[in-house]
Amino acid sequence: MALLEVRNIGKSFRGLRAVDGVSFDVEQGAIAAMIGPNGAGKTTCFNMIAGVFAPDAGSVRLGGRDITGRRPHEVCRAGIGRTFQVVKPFPQMSVLDNVVVGALNAHARVADAKREAVRLVELLHLGAKAGELAASLTLPERKRLEVARAMATRPTLLLLDEVMAGLRPTEVDEMVGMFRGINRETGLTILLIEHVMRAVMALAARVVVLHHGERICEGSPEEVVRDSAVLECYLGEEAAG
Amino acid sequence: MPIDLVANVVIAGLLTGLVYGLMALGLSVIFGVVRVVNFAHGEMMTIAMYASVVLFAALGLDPLLLVVPIAAAFFAFGYVLQAGLINPFITRPEHSQFLLLVAVAIIMVNTLLMVFGPDARNVQTDYQLESFAIGPILFDKVRVISAAMAVATSAALFAFFKLTLTGKAIRACADNHLGALVVGLNVKHLYALTFGVGAACVAVAGSMMVLLVDVTPVLGPYYTLLAFVIVIVGGLGSMPGALLGGVLIGVSEALAGLFIAPSAKSMFSFGLLILVLLFRPEGLLGKKS
Amino acid sequence: MSPQRRAYVLLAIIAAALIVLPFVSGSYVLSVATLILFFAFTGQAWNVMMGFAGQLSLGHSLYVGLGAYVAAGLFFHYGIGPWAGVWLAIAVCVAAGAAIGFLAFRFGISGVYFALLTIAFAEFTRIGFDHIDWLGGPAGLFIKVEQRDSWDLLNLRGTPVMFYFVMLALTAGAFAFCSWLLRSRAGYYWQAIRENEDAAQALGINTFRWKMLAVVISAAMTGVSGVFFAFYYNNLFPEQIFHISRSIEIILGPIIGGLGTLFGPILGAVVLTVLADGITELMALAGIEIPGVKQVFYGVCLLVVIMFLPHGIWPTIARRLGLKER
Repeated sequence: MALLEVRNIGKSFRGLRAVDGVSFDVEQGAIAAMIGPNGAGKTTCFNMIAGVFAPDAGSVRLGGRDITGRRPHEVCRAGIGRTFQVVKPFPQMSVLDNVVVGALNAHARVADAKREAVRLVELLHLGAKAGELAASLTLPERKRLEVARAMATRPTLLLLDEVMAGLRPTEVDEMVGMFRGINRETGLTILLIEHVMRAVMALAARVVVLHHGERICEGSPEEVVRDSAVLECYLGEEAAG
Repeated sequence: MPIDLVANVVIAGLLTGLVYGLMALGLSVIFGVVRVVNFAHGEMMTIAMYASVVLFAALGLDPLLLVVPIAAAFFAFGYVLQAGLINPFITRPEHSQFLLLVAVAIIMVNTLLMVFGPDARNVQTDYQLESFAIGPILFDKVRVISAAMAVATSAALFAFFKLTLTGKAIRACADNHLGALVVGLNVKHLYALTFGVGAACVAVAGSMMVLLVDVTPVLGPYYTLLAFVIVIVGGLGSMPGALLGGVLIGVSEALAGLFIAPSAKSMFSFGLLILVLLFRPEGLLGKKS
Repeated sequence: MSPQRRAYVLLAIIAAALIVLPFVSGSYVLSVATLILFFAFTGQAWNVMMGFAGQLSLGHSLYVGLGAYVAAGLFFHYGIGPWAGVWLAIAVCVAAGAAIGFLAFRFGISGVYFALLTIAFAEFTRIGFDHIDWLGGPAGLFIKVEQRDSWDLLNLRGTPVMFYFVMLALTAGAFAFCSWLLRSRAGYYWQAIRENEDAAQALGINTFRWKMLAVVISAAMTGVSGVFFAFYYNNLFPEQIFHISRSIEIILGPIIGGLGTLFGPILGAVVLTVLADGITELMALAGIEIPGVKQVFYGVCLLVVIMFLPHGIWPTIARRLGLKER
């Protein structure tokens, strides 16, 4: 059963068609990836799904409900959690409090939100820094904080925007293991934008490829890396032949 | 309401408006480049007016001549203010910078109050009461001279930014701070120069304004707000916009004073500010950010 | 002793001192103390909008004036006491705040533009009230001063001691209320909005609604201080009460004391009022009476704090005393 159904979404910015006629599904409980060269329109798609701006065309459905054009906070309340490509922590709040803010989306009482926040901070290996200000974290830690915070909102779908960028291979493997574990234990559906192919191959069951704002391929990771159109857009015409 | 009365009021407003425009031009330049909201702008204008009063009383020279030393002094003051006080604040949050200049404004206004007292002062030149007529319109000589001075200064400013190397460098800083640094421009120095130039504009405007109105310390906050209204109406970062805004405000103030009540003048300006902030925050000639 | 304990002990000591104050000091000290409490309360109200929700308002005199005029007008024309009048005053301030907030947030006005908008509204109202003859116009609205020896709490006519305790109760109430707010969902959400509005929205926070809440609460509280102002000073002039210097006076305490903190506005009010009065006294002793000295002093204080102690005095003092906030 598809949790996320994206149908023909498109977006223009001042005459430039950034995304055109993109459609794909993400199955409930699956991990899917969206890849493509820089400028392909991946983050724009995320932003349309997450409500940062409305698509010019097409629709987005979550669990059967139409969420096209809804504003970011409504999308979050509907069940989508997201991270940002350039991390946006709350710098003057403690690590724990950052996550509490997210947890308050799913818990009415501050005490309950705090408990959930403690749990997630441990899960993302930030326990040692729970009381520190978010401004004092290193980049990998900030990325983990971003994930913890988004997860605290109790999403049914988690959107991860280049969450592996800038991480060392061992750190990438750690993150991959963690997401695999969460997906296995809780059934959380994950859609990630990724350039780090190591993570894509290890995590994703399905991959969607975007190029110049259009979907050029969709399939399992093995299928996609052998597809000629994909090879062409990444490596040039010779490699595709 | 006889048409020549209205025409006279409009012309007077237009000429005063050009002086307003020069004042606002200084603010626009400062904000457009340094991105600092100079909340002490009106206070600086008021200081310039007092400077003119004092020098006129001491030296007896025509305010038009006094413009030169006053503008020079203000240029230096503006440079030092930016270099010494404000530059470190560029990276601080917006409200910090704003409050910094609020503090400076408070100190300026009240120092003026301490030194000069609350009574009005002015400058009395021989030609103050002269006027000449073109058709049914009566032109006050002082107003025409002030307006001419404002236009001349604005033209010089435009020329500076368009034609000189320094002017272009400053515009580069405004367009792209990081890029300017990378290219090796001494951004701090250029910022200070810009503030100095903006302050000099205010100095000229003030020296002219004191020929038209009496000066009291409380004019400071009033002119600050007026400058902001003009710059926002005309368009932040647009130099012609500042002049256009100045003229618009000058004329509408004059008309509001004529048709409604003198006290309603500023009410109209604030109403206009609210409307512009809501419906066209980029102003008439500004660019949408 | 844990920081939490220490904070409570300090609080208890201060509370005791404040309660005992009227019985051990003269009328001058009492009036200064009442003024300090007034600024502490009003500063705390402003702090909700700026320190908690991050929206810089430089037109808060609007709410003081509206609250004062509504309550005074009702009393002057219809004999309606302040305890009833305050509700209409709050309603009017809430409406004004909601209007400004709605206009600003719907149209995406923030930062400096928002501050300018608040100034414009206050100035507009100041000039407008000069033309409202029913409320006295520029000549002012005067409430008859009577019954200075006994306490008429119902009509807020009474001794300075009565006013002191009313203000003390209000300030204590504001303190407790803000303390509760900070610990609640509102506290977390406002700080999140202040730190990064985009991220806050992505976490399910309806930032428009929460910003409006801050504005409205702040406006309502400030309106209440306006009601007190009307019945304490007994005269109101549009030129004075709506003036931008009033707005600036209100913000000095919280900024110098510490934005977004609980004790900041109170500490700032104490420091400013005590020092300012000290200066005026010294000057009077030396025979100098120059208008504007107090204001220059305020300006210098603000300058020094902004430059060297941007988080205000309180955080530094709190650390020295071994306390921790929140």
